[in-house]
Amino acid sequence: MKRLFLLILLAAALPVRADVRVFACEPEWAALAKELGGDKVSAWSATHALQDPHRIEARPSLIARARNAQLVVCTGAELEAGWLPPVLRESGNAAVQPGRPGYFEAAQFVTRLEIPTRIDRSEGDVHASGNPHIQLDPRNLLAVAAPLAKRLGELDAANAGHYAARQQAFAERMRAAIARWEKEAIPLRGLRVVAQHKSFSYLFHWLGLVEAGTLEPKPGIEPGSAHLAQLLGQAKARPEGGASPGRGSTLGVQQARLIVRTPFDSPRPGEWLAERSGMPLVTLPFTVGGSERAQDLFGLFDDTLAKLRGES
Amino acid sequence: MQRIALLALAASLALPAAAGEEFAPEASLILQGQYRRTKDVPERAISGYWSAGHDHGASRRLTFDDSELVAGARLGGSARAQLNLAWHDNKVEVEEAWLQALGLGNGFTLKGGRFLSGIGYLNEQHSHAWDFADAPLMSKALFGEHFAQDGLQLKWVAPTELFVELGAEVGRGNAFPGAGSKGAAAFFAHAGDDVGLSHAWRAGLSWLDSRAKGREGHFEDTDPLGPNEVAGRFSGRSRTVAADFVWKWAPDGNPRYRNFKIQAEVFRRTESGDLACVSDVATSPCLGGLALGSLRSVQTGGYAQAVWQFMPQWRAGYRYDRLNAGAKSYDAATAFAALDPANAYFSRHRPTRHSLMLDWSQDEFSLLRLQLARDKSMPGVTDNQLTLQYIVSFGAHGAHKF
Repeated sequence: MKRLFLLILLAAALPVRADVRVFACEPEWAALAKELGGDKVSAWSATHALQDPHRIEARPSLIARARNAQLVVCTGAELEAGWLPPVLRESGNAAVQPGRPGYFEAAQFVTRLEIPTRIDRSEGDVHASGNPHIQLDPRNLLAVAAPLAKRLGELDAANAGHYAARQQAFAERMRAAIARWEKEAIPLRGLRVVAQHKSFSYLFHWLGLVEAGTLEPKPGIEPGSAHLAQLLGQAKARPEGGASPGRGSTLGVQQARLIVRTPFDSPRPGEWLAERSGMPLVTLPFTVGGSERAQDLFGLFDDTLAKLRGES
Repeated sequence: MQRIALLALAASLALPAAAGEEFAPEASLILQGQYRRTKDVPERAISGYWSAGHDHGASRRLTFDDSELVAGARLGGSARAQLNLAWHDNKVEVEEAWLQALGLGNGFTLKGGRFLSGIGYLNEQHSHAWDFADAPLMSKALFGEHFAQDGLQLKWVAPTELFVELGAEVGRGNAFPGAGSKGAAAFFAHAGDDVGLSHAWRAGLSWLDSRAKGREGHFEDTDPLGPNEVAGRFSGRSRTVAADFVWKWAPDGNPRYRNFKIQAEVFRRTESGDLACVSDVATSPCLGGLALGSLRSVQTGGYAQAVWQFMPQWRAGYRYDRLNAGAKSYDAATAFAALDPANAYFSRHRPTRHSLMLDWSQDEFSLLRLQLARDKSMPGVTDNQLTLQYIVSFGAHGAHKF
């Protein structure tokens, strides 16, 4: 017992030697850091695919990990506002405080959607900097990869060439994959989809899908029965063989074909609507680790597209 | 206040230059309101404990106490400043006003100014973050509610995967249980970790050493013409050790729909020094001040609570409070010549309380709470209390510690 304790203590005191220790707020950034760093980076994700990144507690384990990190890679755009500030403050790690080179916010490098013209609590949990769920447009990953590789090279100058070369290779593979995914998604163009939360805006924007409505009446507000009943009413009012309504139509979920949710959203509201409306409920992986196939950034989109096309 | 400003300045000097770095202010307003229905008790006290405050509370009342204005700012990546103003008894109080240096590195942070001490678990939480409408009896008996330091706090997080944090504080020592600017020192150690995906815990040990000079408490004297309210005075040393433990469960680490939390704290307080009383009533034995010999006490107690979010937005909780009268040694003949032995402080009663709460949150920014409590803080009184509370916050997205 004593020996085991000593071993644990030793293991805890001697972190595995890697060139750059990355604390990622979400699995997609841990995956991207690994793509760019290879064996020169050890990346750890503070959250996993079954967790809602809005609602995390500033747990002691996160503070201990942030204490030892050399680079913190997060989404930003207020996604982690409820838990990351105390984690970083309490960590005593000067290098990863916001504004320092060891702190990297991915959302700064992409064009954000849904930036509100006014911030009003009556509109729900609206982020002033726009929708933070940027990872489901792979072009955003490309936009983040270049500055992230540069940052890794600044923190670990001896391997700057390594990160730059890996970033080039990643960008090439990703561009080729994007071309393939866009081709596969042509039949999905204009597809009307009901999302539980505004988690998929970037995916829909990229592939030309239409968000016909959300199960949440307002961002971050639990789907209530009145709102669900209203959605069902709209779905049932589907005209027989009518023409597809355009984007921004007031027809709500009329002619929607699919309900989508993340692995961490409660399945119940979606199941309720699916059962009564006949629309299938599909769980998209949302991030790396969100499904069996989504084991890396490429698998994430392969699986997302397959699920949207009804192939798996 | 001037001293706080000086300390804050001292802390800021310890920071690396923040020139050219962004200044990101944030502000929030937290409104609290409570309707409370309690038994009509003329003088509320926690029996056996030195009164940290004075409560003539009405039996039915509506208060807006603990409404708070919080302003915080990050000064580049190297420091943070925070100010909490709270509304208490129709006065605005500075609950916290501090600067924290975040640029020291190697796990160190330094805080200076007025801040809620890191001892225990609940002490650092403002009332709007509590799971119940009021503080545990332990917090009220030990600190009046919160223990705030006017001073410096140095913390260190160990470079291990297991969370280990050590902290030391020095303060002016004016806050109860100290008095008269005789200084207060505190030390604490916290450890914590996850167990699997769904569980997380934190445990802590704390130690507080306060000195008091002329610490006042409310007593009644033995004036043959009728009891007068006099000031009891304690001068000496007050040492508190406390242990705290929190365990949280959330399925797959996702607390949004369901979660469960168990929290407990226990303490042992030892006080040794001299007792006196003072009054300006001509017939009071305490007139002009009277020494009543030495006083030594050892007291223990604590609380345990569990809060369960059983469905989105709804939580239910139970809390058990218990304080032990403990042991006091003093020269009864001397003390009772001036002070009425029926004073709550000399009571051998063991205060207990059971509390049940149910709360509903529309979102992260608003909460409604119903609390029922059976409070036996005083001998012979069973006070069934009902509290209705609301908390609404505006402004910056609040981030709470574990």
